[in-house]
Amino acid sequence: MLIAVGSLALMGLALGAVLGTAARYLAVAENPVESQLKEMLPGSQCGQCGFVGCAQAAAALAAGTAPVTLCPPGGRALAAALAAKLGIKVDLSAVSDAGPQVAEVAEEICIGCCRCIKACPTDAVVGAAKQIHNVIREACTGCGACIDRCPTEAMTLAPIPVSLQHWVWPKPVLAPVGAALREA
Amino acid sequence: MGFLDRIFREPRWGVHPDDHKRPAADAPLRILPPPARLYLPLHQHVGGAARPVVLVGQKVLKGELLAAAQGNISAPIHAPVSGVVSAIGEVTAPHASGLSFAAITVESDFEGRWIDTDPVADPFALAPEEIARRTALAGVVGLGGATFPAAVKFALGKRLAVSTLIVNGGECEPYLSSDDRIMRDSADQVVDGARIVMHAIGAREALVGIEDNKPEAIAAMRIAAAAYPEVKICPVPARYPMGSDKQLIQTLTGKEVPADARAAEVGVLVHNVSTCAAVHKAIRLGQPLVERIVTINGGAVAHPGNIFAPLGTLVDELLAFTGLLAPPARLILGGPMMGTPLLHGKVPLVKGASGILAFSAQEAVIPEAGPCIRCGNCTRACPMGLLPLEMAARIRVGELDGAVDFMLSDCISCGCCAYVCPSHIPLVQYFSHAKGELAGRERAKLRSDAAKRLIDARVVRLEREAREKSAAAARRKAERAAAKAKAEAEAVNATAATTTAEGEPA
Amino acid sequence: MSHAIGIPVTAPHTTTTNSAGRVMATVMAALLPATLFGFWLYGWPAIFLWLITVGSAALGEAFCLRLMGRQAAPALLDGSAVLTGWLLALTLPPWAPWWIGAFGGLFATVLGKQVFGGLGQNLFNPAMVARVALLISFPVVMTAWVAPLPIHSAAAPGPIVGLLITLKGMPPGLDAVASASLLGFAKTEMSRGLDLLQSLPQAPAQLWYGSRPGSLGETAAWLIAAGGVAMMFLRIITWHIPFAMLAGIAVPAAIFHAVDPARYLDAGTHLMSGAAMLGAFFIATDYVTSPNTPKGQLIFGAGCGLLTWVIRTWAGYPEGVAFAVLLMNAVTPIIDAYVKPRIYGRDRKGAALEPGN
Repeated sequence: MLIAVGSLALMGLALGAVLGTAARYLAVAENPVESQLKEMLPGSQCGQCGFVGCAQAAAALAAGTAPVTLCPPGGRALAAALAAKLGIKVDLSAVSDAGPQVAEVAEEICIGCCRCIKACPTDAVVGAAKQIHNVIREACTGCGACIDRCPTEAMTLAPIPVSLQHWVWPKPVLAPVGAALREA
Repeated sequence: MGFLDRIFREPRWGVHPDDHKRPAADAPLRILPPPARLYLPLHQHVGGAARPVVLVGQKVLKGELLAAAQGNISAPIHAPVSGVVSAIGEVTAPHASGLSFAAITVESDFEGRWIDTDPVADPFALAPEEIARRTALAGVVGLGGATFPAAVKFALGKRLAVSTLIVNGGECEPYLSSDDRIMRDSADQVVDGARIVMHAIGAREALVGIEDNKPEAIAAMRIAAAAYPEVKICPVPARYPMGSDKQLIQTLTGKEVPADARAAEVGVLVHNVSTCAAVHKAIRLGQPLVERIVTINGGAVAHPGNIFAPLGTLVDELLAFTGLLAPPARLILGGPMMGTPLLHGKVPLVKGASGILAFSAQEAVIPEAGPCIRCGNCTRACPMGLLPLEMAARIRVGELDGAVDFMLSDCISCGCCAYVCPSHIPLVQYFSHAKGELAGRERAKLRSDAAKRLIDARVVRLEREAREKSAAAARRKAERAAAKAKAEAEAVNATAATTTAEGEPA
Repeated sequence: MSHAIGIPVTAPHTTTTNSAGRVMATVMAALLPATLFGFWLYGWPAIFLWLITVGSAALGEAFCLRLMGRQAAPALLDGSAVLTGWLLALTLPPWAPWWIGAFGGLFATVLGKQVFGGLGQNLFNPAMVARVALLISFPVVMTAWVAPLPIHSAAAPGPIVGLLITLKGMPPGLDAVASASLLGFAKTEMSRGLDLLQSLPQAPAQLWYGSRPGSLGETAAWLIAAGGVAMMFLRIITWHIPFAMLAGIAVPAAIFHAVDPARYLDAGTHLMSGAAMLGAFFIATDYVTSPNTPKGQLIFGAGCGLLTWVIRTWAGYPEGVAFAVLLMNAVTPIIDAYVKPRIYGRDRKGAALEPGN
């Protein structure tokens, strides 16, 4: 009896020590919150938040230097999830669920002031002084940096329309066997 | 032949659904009176969309070019009737999304006047390149559903020295019989087209694979090919997806197309029987591809059968021609195993449409999906040897990369797995979803890489501009200083001169 | 005519008429002859025990589903819980008391299946999990076999007495002969130092059609095998697992019997005794807990057979099918990870084939 208890206890101690050592020496240096946040972000690296990719955005979120509302494709749902993760309260009524967007110039109101051109991080706006500007859609990340600069509100963000080539079958929604009783 | 033969020849893959081909396959071919208005999409093929070369209001003849091929892989679009181009706009695409795409609308003048065609009496006197050129100009694409431009495949076959042409008369999809019909009615055209294709690609033999559930087609093709020993008619077991390129190649030649490679790399090229007939028309008669045979079938159709119809006809008009017993509960473009669901019938007939199915409410019922019981039926049915249940389990929890490790990319979306699943799990939808998502991620990655390059370029530009600005400022400053110094020096000189001058008299 | 037709549904637009419920129903139909034979052989107590086991398995399933807030009826209708209870009942001593069936049935569906997430999610065969739990918890009751007492014979208990036997245990006055199964007998005699050559002639009668002590599913080995072969013809199961498992028992048994007939039972006895047939055709072939590929199934079946023989021959328990199947269930994910079918156009490792072959 005593031998059995003793040997089990010894084994437990030994294995625990191994685990403890492993945890110390094999620990991952990355901030766990940061990797969790990265998992939550869409991972499309669209750059609409103003960061180069989702990893950088996650780092900024973890450091508290970026708002949880930073991700336009994630929409309100993601903002709420991020806020819950980081334990902050935020007013989500202003967050839109628009999906990926690009900037557009309303040609009839553009006065050709060139301010948007200076603001664009990817040089996606072309034009010259006193000439109507235009947005190169392929280069625009939809970050919205140009919107506030426009004195005539000619710059707007518009959702990228879903094209035939880019349409994706939705993931099948599998109801568990028997519809949920509580919802029924 | 016989029982033992069946056991040993029966492939290990695939499924054997009820084929529902008759009575539609036995009904004589009917010709649709050309409708008043036709909608010709610019993108009816694999590759780049065609570029319109007509103007609204322009009069066109039957067979006249409406839109030219654009890019290396593309195909032109021709007018299926004589009449007037009434619009260049958009039409609902034959696509599950119900989105629209660009199309040219032609109003028929009901005269059916052809353009001047350029028939070739002896195609075998032409150079293979000339046949490929004429086929390309005629807008012939793979009519079995793949819609790959035929001429591009010819060039590929020629380049890779293909020895065997496989003519695909498998038509393994249930309900469909357009290939069956063309072999029964126009076996001579098919055989002639196959011989022209052989000439174009330099093949020595043609193997015509026909599923053994089409004895009439086999008999007709045997008669048509009797004079040409190089064209061999090979009945193959009726088993879905026998009409898939890779499976037919394996059944007929024993060769296996390596993953990520093209069939031509193992010395074979596959063309559909309808494509061969279209090549025959394009070369012998000089007629571009403007009409095709389409099977109208399904429980909701009053008089199912095969219809010879101009491209661009609306599905609704085809269904009105055959009559409907009830409003279709499901509308499918293509066969029931791989066909595209249509949201409504205001969708034009395109080159790759071999059938339109209007299902009755009874046919359209798919039972609710249940949990996977790991019975492995999907694994046994998969003609590619994949593990559908493992891939779907990973996609269900969002592990798309896990599904890629199980070679999701090799899935041909034939639908065998979902067909045999006793739990009725929409496996193909999982795979289509994952493939779309992965393609989207790939695009997003390219896009973000491009954005990153642009951002870097802008930073470099701003730095350069700042540098240039400061350099310019420094230069200007230096110039100004120099100018000032010069001016001062001149002033001093002038003063000195004056002084001297003044002093000279002194 | 051109009305909109709902949301798009992916191809294929047609499907098999097969369903999980139909698969389960077919398996039950294949079990029916053997079960009815067992009922005839052991009379009313066996019938009551079977009812209790099946009922509690279904009850356990329904309870768990309600607990998770789902409707129980659709899941129960697929028949998997009933089948689990049925298979468990076939491995119990036919005259075992009611609480064996009740505990076993509940254990099978609650802890063997629903805890893992329900149908398709369990790692171990639920019926065998329950049987092993019963066997190691109540070894005496679980090895108390009775000699067959066909239902029409004069000594057989009627429905009332049968119910009493199930509910209250064996009444002392009843003329039922406590007995041992052949495997148990052989093991006991061996441990007493008598070798097989001496002990076998005194062994309980082994009538070829199955009239001998044992559980419902072990006496009617021929009927079980016939049901299994019928399932193969109906394409419910393939030949791989049953063949490999029976071979896994028979091959080592034959070799060792040839070497030392005094210590090792012959292959035929091994195959026809215990749950070998039931295990090979109905238990090891459980879809959820066996590998998916033919090659994997051969490995799995051979492992089940070999372990069964090893446990029967050298371990403390006279019968080892349940342990063997559970051990191989644990290996199934590894088999599935390593044994995959060759993909078209690729070699076994997944690299693309070279063109030109």
